[in-house]
Amino acid sequence: MKYIDEFRDGAVARTLSAKIAAQLQPARHYSFMEFCGGHTHAISRYGLSDLLPSNLRMVHGPGCPVCVLPIGRIDMAIGLALDHGVILCTYADTLRVPASGGLSLMKARARGGDVRMVYATQDALHIARSNPGREVVFFAIGFETTTPATALAVLTAQREGLTNFSVLCCHVLTPPAMQQILASPELQSGGVQIDGFVGPAHVSTVIGSEPYQVFARQFHKPVVIAGFEPLDVLQAVWMLVRQVNDGRAEVENEFSRAVEPQGNHKAQACMAEVFALRDSFEWRGLGVLAHSALKIRETYAALDAERRFQLEYQPVPDHKACECAAVLRGVRRPQDCAIFGNVCTPDNPVGSCMVSSEGACAAHYSYGRHQEGVA
Amino acid sequence: MSGIKPGYARALDLKHGQVDLTHGAGARAMVQLIAQLFARHLANDYLGQGNDGAVLPAPMLNGQPARLVMATDGHVVSPLFFPGGDIGSLSVHGTINDLAVMGATPLYLAAGFILEEGLPLADLDRIVQSMAQAARLARMPVVTGDTKVVERGKGDGVFITTTGVGVLPDGLELGGARARPGDVVLVSGTLGDHGVAIMSQRDNLSFSAPILSDSAALHGLVAQLLASGLDIRCLRDPTRGGLAATLNEIANQSGVGMMLQERAMPIKPVVAAACEFLGLDPLFVANEGKLVVICAAADAALALAALRSHPLGVDAAVIGEVRQDTRCFVQLTTALGGRRMVDWLTGDALPRIC
Amino acid sequence: MCLAMPVKVIQIGLGPAGDAALVDLGGVQKEISLALLDGIEVGDYVILHAGYALSRLDPEEAQRTLEAFSDLGCAP
Repeated sequence: MKYIDEFRDGAVARTLSAKIAAQLQPARHYSFMEFCGGHTHAISRYGLSDLLPSNLRMVHGPGCPVCVLPIGRIDMAIGLALDHGVILCTYADTLRVPASGGLSLMKARARGGDVRMVYATQDALHIARSNPGREVVFFAIGFETTTPATALAVLTAQREGLTNFSVLCCHVLTPPAMQQILASPELQSGGVQIDGFVGPAHVSTVIGSEPYQVFARQFHKPVVIAGFEPLDVLQAVWMLVRQVNDGRAEVENEFSRAVEPQGNHKAQACMAEVFALRDSFEWRGLGVLAHSALKIRETYAALDAERRFQLEYQPVPDHKACECAAVLRGVRRPQDCAIFGNVCTPDNPVGSCMVSSEGACAAHYSYGRHQEGVA
Repeated sequence: MSGIKPGYARALDLKHGQVDLTHGAGARAMVQLIAQLFARHLANDYLGQGNDGAVLPAPMLNGQPARLVMATDGHVVSPLFFPGGDIGSLSVHGTINDLAVMGATPLYLAAGFILEEGLPLADLDRIVQSMAQAARLARMPVVTGDTKVVERGKGDGVFITTTGVGVLPDGLELGGARARPGDVVLVSGTLGDHGVAIMSQRDNLSFSAPILSDSAALHGLVAQLLASGLDIRCLRDPTRGGLAATLNEIANQSGVGMMLQERAMPIKPVVAAACEFLGLDPLFVANEGKLVVICAAADAALALAALRSHPLGVDAAVIGEVRQDTRCFVQLTTALGGRRMVDWLTGDALPRIC
Repeated sequence: MCLAMPVKVIQIGLGPAGDAALVDLGGVQKEISLALLDGIEVGDYVILHAGYALSRLDPEEAQRTLEAFSDLGCAP
């Protein structure tokens, strides 16, 4: 597969591994946060931590949209299915996230809720067209990668006069989350060390590399945007090490084959047409952040499920023993959570980090727990 | 099943007819369905007697009393017809394979059908013909069967349960608890073909060259392997949950760990590409015509040769080894040289795959 | 969620609005939307995510990136 196989080459991986090791200053510890869940998954799936020296640590960030979605938002989706009888269309990743009352979207389906998995917004639109007598709601989650598709779905539905289609908008933004990480007390106090960021791949194809400049200039943290293949991640780590050694803090773009500084204008325009910034939005793990999430504009109010069904967000605290919040901020590792691997497993997840395949806990459990001592 | 009386009324309309509730009622309509569809294709002396049960000779192998092996499988695959097979042939192959991996020679099959009201008789006819052909090729007659009909909406076309019996030669002991550190793990061919063939139908993927299910009866391949007299510890066919599920089962049954090599896994490039599209890992995708073999290290090369010399084993490969591990972890050395777990898949990424 | 892949465009102008394309990855083909991009031609590679192409892959940059992997960066 072109543009995939070359970026997974084992021999080149060894070269990169040696390159990184050669670049490290021996007495120094390096700690980089890979923001995006896709990178967390790639690191785990290819066993990349085995290719990195022991004084270099990757910290998993909150860039997994399923992981940062608070329970209260899943409850809204479940409520639409069970109480309002809508056809609730969702990406597969949200199906098993535990919500209030021992429910999840998957369990709501077992109770009779019409919850349907879709691969793309086009599928949800198709369901709306095929079921004119039913209300169809698309559960829109994701960072900036999936947001343009949702925007197009709203525009298409309006253009076609699909009056039975609406969107439950839970789209969130990357730069505010990164900023919150950097502003966190643990980072300020030195309890957690983050020397730089591996920037998300596909979010950056949409927003470009410019939005990360603030982290370089204001917070003095280097950002290297990396592609999703393992060699991309290794090269980006090397570039970060170089910046740290040189005392530089710049935005560099390893994923230059797909990311341009200005990003995708057409996608940004669609997003701006349909969405506006929410004043505030609660994130699991990061708390309530201002101007960090999107809502549907007044012009498209008829397609906003929150208005259409008069839904009100009710914050719900995480399970007492769940440490997803700390894991998402990079403050605790999955294996440090008391319920990791016993009460909380992929089969019986307590928190969202264990549900999504990009969640730090699921990734560590499914791919990485051989690194622990004998059980 | 009631006795089939000759001279019964109108023939079944196999072109345009549908299953209806009378076909399951135990009366004439059902008798007619059995005579003109099931028994016509599955014809054999046992079935021809039309009794409630088939009287079978005592299990013997080469004139000696042999142990009996029994296996059963339910089949709920959707869609009913897919590239490379259908629920009919799948249900026969599945049970043959369960017997074959025990080292048994397959002898007799029983088949139970749950039909949904409205199922086109043309589809049922096609499915039963496919079963009959698979059974004939394996010389394993369907000696008894049952049919029920459920109301429209309470089934999904047809569900089939097959049960098979076979005979096991003396002295042959195969089982999932017999893997030992130092043993070698082999597979008989490419991984993920069946699951991808099914999923691609559901996800509107098309292919420049079609991906076919690998659904096949493995008893011939197994017989060839066992005839070599090698020290084979365990055989299993990796169906739902893929290779990962099967190896985790064996690891836990035997109380051992495993280390696999990603670069050694035989996977068709187009299946790998389809898995990228579908977000699947081929190690977790169902197969229906593949064998996992665990054998003593000294016999690995000969086991590989024995597999490769059979048409169903041409892509056989050594994929890893068994090692000491009280945690019973199945691990993988990735193509990049790192290590990771190959865990059981959580839940069912691919429902209704088998 | 971040299931994105580079695919080759083999047919354009499909679908009712003419903004759908047939793409190929390793012999597997699917119809996807080009609504978020302009000026894509047959033979181009695009990054596909959840049914939409998000950006065009630049072959020269890809080559440069591959070469950079082996570059030990001795130059200042």
